[in-house]
Amino acid sequence: MRDSVYPILIESLQVITVLIGAPLFAGWIKALKCWSQGRSSAGVLQPFRDLSRLFIKETVLAENASWIFTATPYIVFGSAVVAGAIIPVLSVDLPLSAMADIIALVAIFAIARFFLALAGMDTGTAFGGMGSSREMMIASLAEPAVLMSVFTVSLVSSSTSLSHMAHVLTSHTIELRPSLAFALMSFVMIALAETGRIPVDNPSTHLELTMIHEAMTLEYSGRHLALIEWASMMKLFLFAALGIACFFPWGIAGANEIWMLPAAVLLLVLKLALIGVFIVFIETMFAKMRIFRVPEFLGMSFLLATLGMISFFILES
Amino acid sequence: MVMLSPLELTIASVLLFLSIALLAPILAFRQKYLVTISFVASAAASLLAAAAGFLCVSSGSTASMTLPIGLPDLPFYIRLDPLSGFFVFLVALLGFIISIYSIEYVRAFTARRSATSLVVFYCMFMAGMLLVLISADAYFFMVSWEIMAASSFFLVCFEDDHPSNRRAAFLYILMAHIGAIFILISFGLMAGFAKGFEDFSGFSFQAIRSSQIPHGWASIAFLLAFFGFAAKAGIFPLHAWLPEAHPAAPSNVSALMSGAMLKIAVYGLLRVSFDLLEITDWWWGGVVLIFGLLSAIMGVIYALLQNDLKRLLAYSSVENVGIIFVCIGLAMIFTSFNMGLLASLALIAGLYHSLNHAMFKGLLFMGAGAILHSTHQRNMEHMGGLIHKLKWTAPLFLVGCLSIAGLPPFNGFVSEWLAFQSFLLSPALPSGLLNLLIPLGAALLALTAALAARCFVKVYGVSFLGQWRSNQQVQVHEVGWPMRLGMLLAASACLGLGIFPTYVLGWMDIIPEGLIGTKISLSAAASGWLWLTPVAADRASYSAPLVFFGLFAIILSVYVIFRSRTTPVRRAPAWDCGFGYVTSRMQYNSTSFSMPTRRLYGFLFNIKESVKSGVNPYFPMFNNRFLYHLKIRDRVWHIFYKPFADAAFWLARRASRLQHGKIQLYLLYSFVTLIALLVFS
Repeated sequence: MRDSVYPILIESLQVITVLIGAPLFAGWIKALKCWSQGRSSAGVLQPFRDLSRLFIKETVLAENASWIFTATPYIVFGSAVVAGAIIPVLSVDLPLSAMADIIALVAIFAIARFFLALAGMDTGTAFGGMGSSREMMIASLAEPAVLMSVFTVSLVSSSTSLSHMAHVLTSHTIELRPSLAFALMSFVMIALAETGRIPVDNPSTHLELTMIHEAMTLEYSGRHLALIEWASMMKLFLFAALGIACFFPWGIAGANEIWMLPAAVLLLVLKLALIGVFIVFIETMFAKMRIFRVPEFLGMSFLLATLGMISFFILES
Repeated sequence: MVMLSPLELTIASVLLFLSIALLAPILAFRQKYLVTISFVASAAASLLAAAAGFLCVSSGSTASMTLPIGLPDLPFYIRLDPLSGFFVFLVALLGFIISIYSIEYVRAFTARRSATSLVVFYCMFMAGMLLVLISADAYFFMVSWEIMAASSFFLVCFEDDHPSNRRAAFLYILMAHIGAIFILISFGLMAGFAKGFEDFSGFSFQAIRSSQIPHGWASIAFLLAFFGFAAKAGIFPLHAWLPEAHPAAPSNVSALMSGAMLKIAVYGLLRVSFDLLEITDWWWGGVVLIFGLLSAIMGVIYALLQNDLKRLLAYSSVENVGIIFVCIGLAMIFTSFNMGLLASLALIAGLYHSLNHAMFKGLLFMGAGAILHSTHQRNMEHMGGLIHKLKWTAPLFLVGCLSIAGLPPFNGFVSEWLAFQSFLLSPALPSGLLNLLIPLGAALLALTAALAARCFVKVYGVSFLGQWRSNQQVQVHEVGWPMRLGMLLAASACLGLGIFPTYVLGWMDIIPEGLIGTKISLSAAASGWLWLTPVAADRASYSAPLVFFGLFAIILSVYVIFRSRTTPVRRAPAWDCGFGYVTSRMQYNSTSFSMPTRRLYGFLFNIKESVKSGVNPYFPMFNNRFLYHLKIRDRVWHIFYKPFADAAFWLARRASRLQHGKIQLYLLYSFVTLIALLVFS
């Protein structure tokens, strides 16, 4: 009995954590940013209020919008939930984690991006196309860089299954590996790009010429916008969780360690809070880059990740 | 009823194709009947061959035969083993789908010109491809190879009223023959070492297989065969003909050439390297891997910059064949180090990608044909908003785009996943160069996959989404049922191959067993049909059915939960920044979408870009006209194609001096030749 219920319980706990935790994490970053800039914040719960307001509001569709445009929010949100069911956030004992390994996980994020870029072009405005073109330019460098940096981790743990990777890293003694250092550096750089943060993109900008992600979703409103916003918060949360699972998995509950769960929750909150501080530090210290500086930034992280993999093959195996 | 063996079924199918080609001219004066009857018949013939290929692989049987035709002392040997069977299945399955599609597509030509030659050469082409696959001696292989090349030449120049098509066809036949010469010399070397140059029996594959070829000569034979087959497969930098020839051909033929004919070259490479020569050195695989990587990355960047839909698809074929070569190169490297399991995995990845590429590229070319059929437009700059008009083609084309972009749950992802796994499972190899090459290879493969996604966002976004971009309004109409059915079949194959990879892998696992001696299915089958675990469950697993149903169920439930009817949905004009009037010319088009790519990778091309503005005499502040001119050329063109074309013309001019039109002179030539032969023999 316990064998069949426990995995389902863990899985649903995890999905709920991702769904609820994502807006909280986004709210924490926003509040922190306000405090660091000497403004008073609207509180950590503000994203929930934003989302619920958007869900109630009327949905306006552009005249030229086709079914791609209306289906995209559901596909984007759905793929974020699926990704949330795969990355070990609280426990490595996830039944669905074996369903897709890191390669499939990156591809699931790619589905969401593919459809968002299509939706941007669907309305037939200049902004949408601009956003799609830029987003795909960034993605075409960021996605291989993500793959390469997680590949390096997977070489170290000789598995591409996320749960297994986290498990191997936690159960071994800590050793410093140059390949993992390269991979971590590269991962941090790409995670900022993939989640549309400064210095690559600015989630709070609506200045026409600097938008990337926001330009694609400019025509969305009402519940469609709510789903897309929620999904992008989840993406931020999940990239943080992915970084934790790949590089700092200590604290994630092992297989059948139900007593570890409260500690895991506590450690997760602590780690996320620290990541939030780090993000806010970067966002207040750096300015957004010019769009054509971004490929250099991403190219560098791609190079770092490749160096990580090469150093694994040459130095460590 | 007599049960025919797979080999006999294939022969029956070839005979059926040849008889359609022979009988088609009888119906030439009733074009509509001709097209319907002959393409239905060729669909049936393809189905026969597909069944043969499928049965051959699933039973793992090998059958051979000697045909009573051919020259004295030089009979035709034929043989069907699982490797040929797999490719017979691939070619015939695509042939079946495209034959159905052609029933309607070719009918559109009959209003303008006779389609008889198209029908005849289409059937010859199919027969030629099948014959290459079942031939088991070098001589018959080359004869079939020429049937395939010559008939496809006539297909490329089918619409010969455009000079550009004639030029493309010339370039095609030129490159095909340069490749064929290499292959011929390679076979000559192998046969020479098998039985000596005096004995004709050395030409059979059986003799070559059992012979001992000295190491150095084997390497030379391999390199010759590699470059010959690479020229046919469109591997960078020998790809110059491909983006010219594939767009020039009618769309159904382009689908067949891209989806099937390129795979014949892949088959040739596999046959020569794994079966006939047997890999000895790791650098053979290294050569294949490096050229594969080069063409994967260059192909996709070239594709990104194209505005012509069919040219773009052709360049994307360069990319995909590159990926297949990467997998084959890996398999060869692992084979040379006796890592059987890894070699099988990489080989399976390559074969799986061949099958996938046949399906999605076939689908995309058919979709391009459907667009051409309904809008008479190949240039994406003039398309847009087709999703509103083409209710069937649009979702089917989207399936093709998702598959080629390597997104789950479609088939492109599965082969990509297998390819990445073979990179990641690679242990440290006993060569420093390889240890550098394998991470770099994985990196370039990842970059290629991401760029392919970018490329196909552009294709779909520019041609199907947004608003109609051209100034001319055309009446766009949806295509009819045979074309829809063809695309639907290909799209379901893409989905099926993506969701049930475990079955497919189990089916084709016999091929690496025959070539390398190891199979992967023992480890894959242990976890059941739901899980794809090529090596061990804790190393890597992917459950395509669960991902598919998971995505489907979650998206559906999100839709049900959040699509409440209480909030209204309203249609309104898109945001125009208060500008007042937004025209369809302000949308991003193909050129502007790929502008970042031009900036990033422009140094790889020969780009001429110029902007001219005309000054308005009344308001000098505002320019009233802008002329933007952009010309992008392949750098390879001047290096690898032009010298060959010029040399061919130069030789032809020299040779034409012999031509005087006087019968006496010609008789003298023959007499001198005869004397010379008698003296020297």
